[in-house]
Amino acid sequence: MFGPKCSTGRRRDFVEGTLRRLAGTMEYATRADDSAEHAGLLQQIDPRVKLGGFLLLIVAAVTAQRVGVIAGIFLAGLLLALLSGVVRTLTKLWIGILVFTGAIVLPALFTTPGLTLWHLPWVGWAVTAPGLHSAMMLIVRSETSATLATLMVLTSRWVHLLKALRVFRMPVVFVVILGMTHRYIFLLLQIAQDFFDAHRARRVGRLNPAQRRHMAVSSAAVLLNKSMQLSSEVYDAMQARGFRGTVYTLDEFRMKGRDWGMLAAFVSLAAAAFWMGKQ
Amino acid sequence: MHIPDGYLSPTTCATLYAASTPFWYTALKRVREKLSTRLVPLLSVCAAFSFVIMMFNVPLPGGTTGHAVGMGVTTIVLGPWASMLAISVALLIQAIFFGDGGITTFGANCFNMAIVGSLVSYFVYTTVSGRSGITSPRRVFAAALAGYIAINVAALCAGIEFGIQPIFFHDATGSPLYAPYSLGIAVPAMMLGHLTFAGLAECIISGGVIAWLQHSNVALLKATMPTDDLALGGGWRLTRPFWIGLAALMIATPLGLLAAGTAWGEWGPDDFEKPEVRQEMAAASNQIAPPEKVPSGMERLASTWTAPFPDYAPSFLKSASLGYILSAMMGIGLVIVVGLFGERVIRLGKPEVKPNMAS
Repeated sequence: MFGPKCSTGRRRDFVEGTLRRLAGTMEYATRADDSAEHAGLLQQIDPRVKLGGFLLLIVAAVTAQRVGVIAGIFLAGLLLALLSGVVRTLTKLWIGILVFTGAIVLPALFTTPGLTLWHLPWVGWAVTAPGLHSAMMLIVRSETSATLATLMVLTSRWVHLLKALRVFRMPVVFVVILGMTHRYIFLLLQIAQDFFDAHRARRVGRLNPAQRRHMAVSSAAVLLNKSMQLSSEVYDAMQARGFRGTVYTLDEFRMKGRDWGMLAAFVSLAAAAFWMGKQ
Repeated sequence: MHIPDGYLSPTTCATLYAASTPFWYTALKRVREKLSTRLVPLLSVCAAFSFVIMMFNVPLPGGTTGHAVGMGVTTIVLGPWASMLAISVALLIQAIFFGDGGITTFGANCFNMAIVGSLVSYFVYTTVSGRSGITSPRRVFAAALAGYIAINVAALCAGIEFGIQPIFFHDATGSPLYAPYSLGIAVPAMMLGHLTFAGLAECIISGGVIAWLQHSNVALLKATMPTDDLALGGGWRLTRPFWIGLAALMIATPLGLLAAGTAWGEWGPDDFEKPEVRQEMAAASNQIAPPEKVPSGMERLASTWTAPFPDYAPSFLKSASLGYILSAMMGIGLVIVVGLFGERVIRLGKPEVKPNMAS
């Protein structure tokens, strides 16, 4: 999330660390693709409804100023996750956010001025009511927003989400760039993974710190070089197929009864949250 | 540095979306003009590179690792405008698909990393590298410094965005509704990690990749060379969105008159004597009453300078709204005059160089 992601490199080689991150990203993408194919409730809903509905609910969760209202949106998200069969994938996310945001807001319990609720034993630090309220707001809000955004991705195929962006008048050129970027991310991830795997297979003994830095830098530079070559090749291929700068997408979405129903549910929930979430 | 949803208020998010929009517009227009049909494949692949580079762990002195954003490298290879777009696309995919960074905070993340990061990288790199040769070691130093400073300025922006939340967005009891830490905590907390680990990672990646390209593929470094004909400038046509935005903001300045309450910390010595203002001060300060007497230091220093238009209300204008607009016009005019004067001073004694900024 935010802040540098640092780890002690003495126990774990940086090559292992990078490989783990690359593999983790690819695994997440595969899992998201698989879960989008399940026969759950949200998987059958028109991607335009999901995109609009979830964005509306995220804005409602960010705008609401009452913990109860945000928690209500979270419960609605949880219900949708249960009906769509993606709760297991979301559990990891919830734990991650709880640990991350919890660590960030922990000091706020003691540093926010206000009415003292109780003192920590031994150290005597005072937990204040505004500190506790503020910490709860941030945790519940982060969990809710992340749940809704992830739910949208886990129940939709990426290509369908991209097409749905056109509903919001996003320029078609951006939609195409997003689609191509998504595809090339996996190609470049694979290339990067191959670098590190090949290096690990050929390595004997341990690298010293300067050699490790040299390897990280040269891998990044080679990847950049390959990216630029790839861009030229893709351009040539596009030209060969008749691309002249104008891009088109196929929009074959059709709204059905259940899509309208879900749209009504999203709008009603968001309207209620906007109204009840005011102070 | 990827700010998740929920940490910034909707007002802050909307403001940063609005601040980023003219940059995206100008960048897209500029890049489209230069790249034409190459735009789609080049930006897609560069955004993918920007995404993947954020996954790289970089070994740092002391046995730790950090990860870079790659804003320095992307800017030097693509130029700042294309870099803004490539990093923005990468951030959008991270936000939507991988949940790294929020959707409501996407504008803020782009403002910090894609826009501020790219512009700072460009200006530091071009200023420090000057007219040195394409394979000069000075360019490696300039790239390393550009990456280090850019990521730290971006982190500072994020720290300020976090730090202003409890000041402006809290409930009636004073509980912060969003990021809970004040500027005094948020800025040092953000900067500590970036001045050390993340800054070093960005510095190593930027300097190292440029050094590698100097030996292996010099052509990729031409975009930000002084002789390149791809320029930052472009006259009125390219800067038009900024001027229109500025004019809109200027016209909207009287909206401040509608705001209820008092601007925290902007009180004058005479405000301490007015009971209604004292009440507002207490309400804005968590119900802590202001001192009975005017602080002596404030009283002494308040009289050292008398503003020609106190409270944005020139004495010769009766309408408060017109006073605000006139003050905004004068303020903007003064900033432009000072900027032009500064530019003239910096250029004194230097040979005429065509301004440059790639793509």
